[in-house]
Amino acid sequence: MSVEQEQTERTIRCLVAKVGLDGHDRGAHVIARALRDAGFEVIYSGLHRAPDEVVQAAVQEDVDVVGISILSGAHNTLVPKILDGLREYDAFDDRLILVGGIVPDDDQAELRGQGVDEIFGPGASMEEMIDYIHENAPER
Amino acid sequence: MSDLVADLLAGKHSALARVITLIENRSSGYREIISDLHQHTGTADVIGVTGSPGAGKSTLVDKVAATYREQGQTVGVIAIDPSSPFSGGAVLGDRIRMASNAGDMDMFFRSMSARGSLGGLSTATTDAVTALDAFGKDKIIVETVGAGQNEVDIVRTADTVAVLVPPGSGDDVQMLKAGILEIGDVFVVNKADLDGADRTVQQLREMLQGRSGRPDSGHHGPTELAGDHGDASDDDSDDEDDGSETWNPPIVETVANRGEGVEDFLDALANHGDYLDRTGRREGQARERFAAEIRTLLREDANELLVDELDRRGGIEQYVDAVIERNTDPYTVVDEVLAPLRACLDERRDGA
Repeated sequence: MSVEQEQTERTIRCLVAKVGLDGHDRGAHVIARALRDAGFEVIYSGLHRAPDEVVQAAVQEDVDVVGISILSGAHNTLVPKILDGLREYDAFDDRLILVGGIVPDDDQAELRGQGVDEIFGPGASMEEMIDYIHENAPER
Repeated sequence: MSDLVADLLAGKHSALARVITLIENRSSGYREIISDLHQHTGTADVIGVTGSPGAGKSTLVDKVAATYREQGQTVGVIAIDPSSPFSGGAVLGDRIRMASNAGDMDMFFRSMSARGSLGGLSTATTDAVTALDAFGKDKIIVETVGAGQNEVDIVRTADTVAVLVPPGSGDDVQMLKAGILEIGDVFVVNKADLDGADRTVQQLREMLQGRSGRPDSGHHGPTELAGDHGDASDDDSDDEDDGSETWNPPIVETVANRGEGVEDFLDALANHGDYLDRTGRREGQARERFAAEIRTLLREDANELLVDELDRRGGIEQYVDAVIERNTDPYTVVDEVLAPLRACLDERRDGA
């Protein structure tokens, strides 16, 4: 990597967070690896995180993207808590909030209304997600 | 003073996080920020933790941080992971092991990637420590990937360096090769419940006894060599104050995932801290560190000036062509490029 590149191309940092009780993180691993291969720096939270732990990681790591993976169906209770926490620490506005998992249409609208930027369901491709991040990562 | 600096000094976590990001990215203005923060530093104890991958560094750091927090101290941790040489990306996984401190904002954990840079990483790490120190952290722990030259540079940021050695990590030649015996102030045989731990402790002890009169790594002052008796007596009385007191690195056994031995480890760190204060070596180390930092920055900036100068002259390729054609040689080229700089400095000196 040349010096010039380092100065013009900012490294995008992503948090891949598993929140709540679901115990499946194979998908999260695959995503973490794909994002790494796309040149991002990925912080993986590990399983069974509480919302405030996700907030702590998102704030301290100063990530550009907060990716929340939920398969348990508890998104309506857990995601808003994360969003509130980010706002409390002034870490909401300049961050892209993504949710991955199985989210019914009605809930999707609700989450978007609360501040989630995009939701990726089971059919989403990795390229789609990476392109979305490249295009929408906040300027800093 | 920028708003960001003011927010950091006021204890705002997002400002501290953003400052570290600017440092990592070498974003414009980061130097002014570090300059502003410098006067607010100097109160934190900085601990470096290194050792081969899988030695259990993160798990031990987690428990150490939790214990400091129980004592009412605030803690900052910087954990460095490698980045991919191909994509430049990285998975920074040490955070997972910080379970004891989850949700505790006064335990500030930050993952940093090596970003493929050799010299740059240690500068960035030093600057990140400055940010955490200015923020008011009592204890700052820098945890590095493994044991290479990079690590040796980075741990020089620390007042006290702990080296983790896992049981069964090879024979004594392996320990020699790793080259980390010289930089450790405290050695930790983690996973001490595993087979072979006793043997590793024994080997380590022998290696450390053999290291008297060690070539100085620059971590300690050269004065220490002069006073190094080299005998195996670890009975130096505590109140010895003639400056000849030497530090015999203790070996601590821990089982980090069960929290065993953590108190002993903290005692060893505290003892080393006392030793630094008692002998005045803390000040000596700080002087060396700042000297190294100034030299590094001078080198980086001078290098940048020269890169610009090369570009102005039409790039390095024409010089390479001339060298290949045997029309000139590398030494002559360097003399030629540097000539204006030399002339300028000479002029200034004479004018003064």
